[in-house]
Amino acid sequence: MELIPVYLAFILILAIFLGFELISKVPATLHTPLMSGANAISGVTIVGALLAAGSGGPSWLATLLGSAAVFFATINVVGGYLVTDRMLGMFKKKTDDEL
Amino acid sequence: MSALLVNLAYIVAAVLFIFGLRMLGSPATARSGNALSSGGMLIAIVVTLLSKGIVEFHWIAIAAAAGALVGALASRLVAMTSMPEMVALFNGSGGIASLLVGWAALFGADPGVGAVAPFTAVTIFLSAMIGGVTFSGSIVAWGKLAEVMPSRAVVFAAQRLINGALLGGLVICGVFFALDPSPDSYFFYAILGLALLLGIMAVIPIGGADMPVVISLLNSYSGLAACAAGFAINNNILIVSGSLVGAAGIILTNIMCKAMNRSLANVLFSGFGAVKTATKVEGEVKPIVAEDAYLILEAASAVAFVPGYGMAVAQAQHVVRELGELLEANGCEVSYAIHPVAGRMPGHMNVLLAEANVPYDQLLEADDINPRMPNVDVAVVIGANDVVNPAARDDEASPIYGMPIINVDYARTVFVLKRSMASGFAGVDNPLFFGTNTRMLFGDAKASISALIAEFK
Repeated sequence: MELIPVYLAFILILAIFLGFELISKVPATLHTPLMSGANAISGVTIVGALLAAGSGGPSWLATLLGSAAVFFATINVVGGYLVTDRMLGMFKKKTDDEL
Repeated sequence: MSALLVNLAYIVAAVLFIFGLRMLGSPATARSGNALSSGGMLIAIVVTLLSKGIVEFHWIAIAAAAGALVGALASRLVAMTSMPEMVALFNGSGGIASLLVGWAALFGADPGVGAVAPFTAVTIFLSAMIGGVTFSGSIVAWGKLAEVMPSRAVVFAAQRLINGALLGGLVICGVFFALDPSPDSYFFYAILGLALLLGIMAVIPIGGADMPVVISLLNSYSGLAACAAGFAINNNILIVSGSLVGAAGIILTNIMCKAMNRSLANVLFSGFGAVKTATKVEGEVKPIVAEDAYLILEAASAVAFVPGYGMAVAQAQHVVRELGELLEANGCEVSYAIHPVAGRMPGHMNVLLAEANVPYDQLLEADDINPRMPNVDVAVVIGANDVVNPAARDDEASPIYGMPIINVDYARTVFVLKRSMASGFAGVDNPLFFGTNTRMLFGDAKASISALIAEFK
């Protein structure tokens, strides 16, 4: 049981290294979409928010906090993905011009 | 759905996030990468809703519907010029969500357990702190970008001392909170207050043109906050995705700092432009009118546009593209030179020009355009200042010395579109304006370019 934090830390370290490897070469053109797309992913905290809001625990305050978290995280997820898609839809190559 | 299945589905979601981020690194695959990553998110959300942990859907439905409505409307309605503000607000909402998740974890999902373990208490402290700083910092960043508050750097005495004290206070409260982690702990409320205050204090001293650094840093924090919340509730998918976003934000922050030749500490702690020691520039400014500028452009065979924040303010991206097309039809080679920190967020100019239908392969980075600059007949600087300031290259006394710039002064002729002779964000005089090959086209950028277009027609 006391090993769980260690396993989680292990995952954390590996994921950070993976993140550095994944993003290290991004052309300047894509800086904004990368940022807003990554921002949408950080909205994954919605998973924790759902668990907090829906646990049906005895504390109404926990449910309230969880529901507020669901609200904000949903803005983050829905808004982030849609706005990234909208931006990327505008990026065109010269060869597409005549289409 | 059993916990095993839920966690297996989380693995799938994590893989989709990873591939999605990877595909966001190339213009050809970026859009499908984003779709892939949103598919991962959908899987994560659906399996969580189906898990045994959730028994009450009432509030979830209301909160999620409201959030989806706000998010969808905001993403559809926002003007591309307001993109930096939008990204700042999204960062903030991610931060506050992680803060709330950490706070709710304090009550424990299982009512029988009682107080949370010390390790969990520490992670709750971290998610409240990082989430709080991200939230209030993003709100201040939004305020500066939307100009509801002064966008200049607000610097005062003992600022670092106060921020240090706030951070120290946070750590002390964190220790006391971890020793007795009850939902009623006064220390926890103190943590919330101090974190929100620290976020405000940390962003206040950062000025408008340094915003690309702040936005990408806050982006990184919003990921780290999610990561801390993941530790608080023992959830792998939060930890993995949070740290991916954290790493992405740090890399962008680093790119922005390099583009200004400044360290992150320098951007965060010292208001730019506080010291003005640069060599005073003396000289004569040579204005030009649209009719004469047209004659020069009409004869040019290579033109480079260098946009800056002024193009965004004047909403001039569409007329710039129109002028570019007219020049191309005239047999001229047109390119756009984009400095990494031009504008108010990473990639700001690229997004605006993409909105105006400029193909992205016409946009060149500084390293690609600079060697070609001597062969450029006319460099048209549109509302950019510090990123084309030759003092950064030549004047060792200049505060911006060493910052990589776009060498427009090497072009045969430079047109500078500018409202007035005010100095740039850094408060540094720009010798470019007094160059022998420089002509100033005063006025609103959009009006000036429209006048040039009218000459062509």
